[in-house]
Amino acid sequence: MVQCSPAHLDASFSALSDATRRGVLEQLGRSDASITELADKFHMTLTGMKKHVGVLEHAGFVTTEKIGRVRRCRLGRRRLEQEAAWIETYRQLWAARFDALDQVVENLKLREQTDG
Amino acid sequence: MANPTRIERTSDRELVVTRTFDGPPRIVFEAWTTPELMKQWWAPRSIGVPLLSCEMDVRTGGGYRLAFGQDEASAFAFYGKYLEVTPPSRLVWTNEEDEDGAVTTVTFEERDGKTFLTVHELYPSEAALEAGHGAEEGLPEQFEQLDELLARLTEKA
Repeated sequence: MVQCSPAHLDASFSALSDATRRGVLEQLGRSDASITELADKFHMTLTGMKKHVGVLEHAGFVTTEKIGRVRRCRLGRRRLEQEAAWIETYRQLWAARFDALDQVVENLKLREQTDG
Repeated sequence: MANPTRIERTSDRELVVTRTFDGPPRIVFEAWTTPELMKQWWAPRSIGVPLLSCEMDVRTGGGYRLAFGQDEASAFAFYGKYLEVTPPSRLVWTNEEDEDGAVTTVTFEERDGKTFLTVHELYPSEAALEAGHGAEEGLPEQFEQLDELLARLTEKA
């Protein structure tokens, strides 16, 4: 599955723990945008948005490129890893369910034995 | 040691989960089709949201409704209907709580007295599959689950 060091994951999860940053990712999923456009969209100062984009960039979710005087932002490569991470989360949900189901199956087997 | 749970995204619109259970299909099937038994495993404590109620009319065309939440006020429901009920080998149901709901097919195959179980989910579109599990949109619930996952991974490290 996903090969991630805890530090790597840490950066990812703290990057995603903020509603604005998740909104920025969603926005960039639709189209690339400049920092100014993102700041406008989320009613923030340029400095505030630069900080958020910096966190997302550090975690690998976003890449930025300076074109002339404008810094363009787009989704980074981590999208793939992000997908692997949610599949793993989903697998863990099923694994937890199925471990509980094992117990139910054991109980039913016992009941059959007892009932003969 | 529990049997491994495997998951695979078999296409843009499909997810497949497989697992072996140490009991015959008739028993595993019973656990999937009896409300009192579903309550014992469908929402294990580790997922953090209890199953409040579980109504299941398990027959072709019958409906089901599962309500999750800490209490009635915060409850959210999953519901749909059974498209196929073939004991003890096959269950098919719809998920109708929103338009992105998958059709879920569960098969129970006998293998040496054990059950090889397959859960197959077919979503109406790629976007629906990803929306359903927070791939991009990042529903808060899923991020909480990611947080839990992180906590567990960190513990292990």
